[in-house]
Amino acid sequence: MTVKIYANAFDPWQEIQSYQNTLIGGHFGATNVFIGTMRDFNDGDDVKSMTLEHYPGMTEKKLADILIAAGQQWQIIDALIVHRVGTIMPNEPIVLIAVWTAHRGDAFDACRYVIEALKSTAPFWKKEVLTTAQERWVTKNTDGYNAH
Amino acid sequence: MTIKIRYFASLRERLGRSEDTVAFEEALTVSDVWYRANPDQALPVNILAAVNMDYVALDSIVEDNDEVAFFPPVTGG
Repeated sequence: MTVKIYANAFDPWQEIQSYQNTLIGGHFGATNVFIGTMRDFNDGDDVKSMTLEHYPGMTEKKLADILIAAGQQWQIIDALIVHRVGTIMPNEPIVLIAVWTAHRGDAFDACRYVIEALKSTAPFWKKEVLTTAQERWVTKNTDGYNAH
Repeated sequence: MTIKIRYFASLRERLGRSEDTVAFEEALTVSDVWYRANPDQALPVNILAAVNMDYVALDSIVEDNDEVAFFPPVTGG
């Protein structure tokens, strides 16, 4: 299981493909993927760019802990987390979660668990720059299970 | 005999610095460490704390050479 923090833009599909190329073909029957992409709006305002700060060391440790916890609850063959830091522009991927399992139930559930655990516990902080040039820290994430 | 303190995100900006150092003493809690470094600043509501990169409660005891971090709620993903 692997955690990557990138300071530059990445192609999630390429990441999935190259990681999957390292796995033993025939063992996994399900791959579940979540990609979080930067929007150009938030809380009713137009957003121009965003800066993502993290706590080097703790962030990687928390993400690795989340993957271990997922592996204790579901039958995971392998999993990958990629997360951006630094300045991000609208339409750029922020986060990629990919989970490979034998069967789909474990893949869906583990992937959902990993993104929700990441959003509530991994030390990352977003600061938005609006099109008005105003800067503001994002103060909370939306509730992943109740938001519509 | 010191404890390193780190601040992140909006808290770092508000304090105007990213790090502090305080002298180690026996039976110092995470909350005590905050007030040694910020005697005039109440602990912010909803603040999160970590010791050596693991989340802790504010009444946890800190050991010599520990790294204590304070930061606002996380907003990644």
